[in-house]
Amino acid sequence: MKNTFKYIALAAVVALASCEPEFENTVTDEGFYDTGSANLSNYVAVGNSLTAGFADGALYISGQNNSYPNIMAGQFALAGGGAFTQPLMDDDLGGLLLGGTPVAANRFVLSTDANGNPFPAVLEGNPTTDVTTSAAGPYNNMGVPGAKSYHLVAPGYGDASGILAGTANPYFARMATSAGTTVAGDAAALSPSFFSLWIGNNDILGYATSGGSGVDQTGNLDPTTYGGNDITDPNVFGASYTAVLDALMVGGAEGIVINLPDVTSIPFFTTVPAAALDPTNPDFGPQIPTLNATYGLLNQAFAFLGVPERSIQFSTNAASTVVINDDSLTNISAELTQTLAAGGLDLPTATIFGLQYGQARQATENDLMVLTSASVIGQLNADRMAELMALGLPQADAAQLSVNGITYPMEDQWVLSTSEQASVATAAAAYNATIEALAAARNLILIDAKGELAQVASTGIPYNGGLLTDTFVTGGAFSLDGVHPTGRGYAYVANLAIEAINRKYSANIPTVDIGNYPTVQVHNNGGN
Amino acid sequence: MKKLVFLAVCMLASAMVYAGGYRVSLQGNKSLAMGHTGVALIDSSELVFFNPAGLVYLENKLNVSAGGFGVFSNVVYQNETTGAFAETDSPVGTPFYFYASYQATDWLAFGLGVYTPYGSRVEYEDDWAGSHLVNNIELAAIFVQPTVSFKIDDVLSVGGGPIYVTGSVNFNRNLSRTLTDLDGNRSEVTIDASGVNGWGWNAGIMVRPTEDLTIGANYRSEIILEADDADADFENIPNSPLTPFADTAAKASLPLPAEMTVGISYKFCEKWTAAFDYNRAFWDVYESLDIDFADPNIPDSFNQRNYKNASTVRFGLQYDATKMFTLRAGWYFDESPVQDGFFAPETPRNDSNGYTAGLTVNLSDRFQLDASFLYLHFKEVEASYDPYFENGVAAPFSGKYKSNAFIPGFGLTYKM
Repeated sequence: MKNTFKYIALAAVVALASCEPEFENTVTDEGFYDTGSANLSNYVAVGNSLTAGFADGALYISGQNNSYPNIMAGQFALAGGGAFTQPLMDDDLGGLLLGGTPVAANRFVLSTDANGNPFPAVLEGNPTTDVTTSAAGPYNNMGVPGAKSYHLVAPGYGDASGILAGTANPYFARMATSAGTTVAGDAAALSPSFFSLWIGNNDILGYATSGGSGVDQTGNLDPTTYGGNDITDPNVFGASYTAVLDALMVGGAEGIVINLPDVTSIPFFTTVPAAALDPTNPDFGPQIPTLNATYGLLNQAFAFLGVPERSIQFSTNAASTVVINDDSLTNISAELTQTLAAGGLDLPTATIFGLQYGQARQATENDLMVLTSASVIGQLNADRMAELMALGLPQADAAQLSVNGITYPMEDQWVLSTSEQASVATAAAAYNATIEALAAARNLILIDAKGELAQVASTGIPYNGGLLTDTFVTGGAFSLDGVHPTGRGYAYVANLAIEAINRKYSANIPTVDIGNYPTVQVHNNGGN
Repeated sequence: MKKLVFLAVCMLASAMVYAGGYRVSLQGNKSLAMGHTGVALIDSSELVFFNPAGLVYLENKLNVSAGGFGVFSNVVYQNETTGAFAETDSPVGTPFYFYASYQATDWLAFGLGVYTPYGSRVEYEDDWAGSHLVNNIELAAIFVQPTVSFKIDDVLSVGGGPIYVTGSVNFNRNLSRTLTDLDGNRSEVTIDASGVNGWGWNAGIMVRPTEDLTIGANYRSEIILEADDADADFENIPNSPLTPFADTAAKASLPLPAEMTVGISYKFCEKWTAAFDYNRAFWDVYESLDIDFADPNIPDSFNQRNYKNASTVRFGLQYDATKMFTLRAGWYFDESPVQDGFFAPETPRNDSNGYTAGLTVNLSDRFQLDASFLYLHFKEVEASYDPYFENGVAAPFSGKYKSNAFIPGFGLTYKM
């Protein structure tokens, strides 16, 4: 009797505890969401670092988890979509080793200096991900950081022995199914039912982030001759893009293509102003009269040589733009030396001035300083000082002529000049025209990342709890490398794709609340 | 005896849950079985809570009632825009009561009550979609009330007594929707306060115009629990002066609102008694849950609640079936004090209907076994909590909620 009572009581407790409330229609029920006429059973994402979930200057696990393809696949799964695999790194540091030797640095975190001012610092720690302990693919996420359009169809791009020579990519070498395979080939081997392709950014980005120090290869159809910072010929881009689509669509897959945003609206180019020289800075302000007197001589020479637009002058009551070296200008070193000497300057000084300012001009607000220039503007350029001393200048004089952006024109790598921007824009427009035409011809969804990023940069994109902008660190859209989105930025891209799929395929796939996705990680090295 | 003490300790440790806000209307098995009516029912020492004025009319010299409930409550949440889904896995709440009354003279009775009219216990999955508002909460308050009851004449009596409250609260939530430590663990805070005490009072009046008709009114005062020395424990905080969250002391206060009840009971057809109660709970005192951290580097936390006063109507029916059995049933409608746009998932309560039933078994002349059952039904509700801010921008948390609760209870009554 006693036991019977016990069992009845126990059964009652179990019954009550399991009487959970139910919605009339529960989101977890099959059929609540649906993929419409899209077949999302095997989604494969192909692209570069953006597709991989690269952020804060590195590829690391939590960033990969917030890659736009992974966010999309997670939402697809709620509507019955299939599994999605990613070549996760071995840790959350992000650094990459090749046989024990570092080939990529750890991610950036937002640190503070002694005065509490925030700045991006490389996270300390020993990375554990090694290219040689491969994570054999293929994976649904075939995003390869650093890949350009033609790399996706380049055999040997995953051959680890070519990494140091620059013919192969360590991220692809980690997951390539063989040394001779291609990214597109491995992706196609997965027989995707649906794909996304976002490629071409690096075909211009390397040129842009290096301040245009590469070559615009438009007209050169042989990509094996290209350097890392070159602009890809649009025909090479088009042929590569077509080949990738051919490979992905061989089994009848449908998909999404994403066009290329203006690289010049990312924080890497919009954070450091060209007018970086502040007269209230005690290291700069008091020098202005002397500097202007010296540049006065130079400006007279510029006027005499018919290039008065190159004249340089610093304001005492407003920020002045830095002095830059613009390699698109005609080099007038010889004439300049001659003119200065004729004007009474001693020949050695006139020679040095001629060499130093032969392609110099003061930047305009339209010249874009790269993010990394922030730490060199106004600083003594030790290399230049050594060069000048080798030419016979006393150290004090050499130092005076070696201050970046003030006396020594900013080198090409620190500034993307207006003419370099034009080269980038021309190539990007050609790529985007190709993407648009191919999307139309093959009935693919085209996501206008260019238009979207323009909106992020101009008005911002409102979301539940904030406004997504391109402001460095605080805007929420861009990670600490100034180039790659944050998790929140990627979530926004995922929502664009999901909404486009819902429209085209009459699907009902839920979007995500981008406010739930992270932005930048604060952390000071030396603690937990 | 040892066993009993152990049981009581267990109950103290987890006394909890239910009804509008964090009011838990489970103050007696006999009353609950009749829709938790009782302000005008002269039946047992449950009157210590329901209406102390009635104690003096009880037939026996000594009346003791004690019992408890098992609260099986569940909440499910979903957001159809994002596909987010969560369900609570709350431990079983066990509110309890102990009442005794002693008839000293024909016109004077003394009483003592220990009961748990406020509490809440809700546990969501950690880091669920609303984890920036609450991961879990455990709120408990034990009321101790010595009581006197005076008969003015056969028609009118009054009664009342002071209330001593001891309460505790443990509350955990994530600091924001996204803040994590370096390893991706969500930054969170636990506020813990125990031994928080306060004083209030309970008073009632009862009128018996005829033998079969009873009218009662009762008022229980507001009690503000002031936690002056709570502990705030921060976990998974990034190593940065930008996130200066270090463990510290905290101050917070939580109101236990006043409640006014009027009611009537009528005995008819010899074996039948009907009861009707109307409660008004003065929830408007609960404007905001503010946490004042002692550490000046940590911004204080302001959480608007903006509750409104709320009413409950209750009906109960008793049938004296046989000498052995008394059967009871009831229904009540409980209006939620939560207003539109202030639906916080820590107390996910919309309007509810309570369906009750129960019986008393007369084991002997002195002992009765009381049993009751409450099914609390909430409609599916689309709701949001709007005043959540990040960097000064509102980020409403919205979705659909559906709750229910199954509450069986047992008690013993002793009369002498």
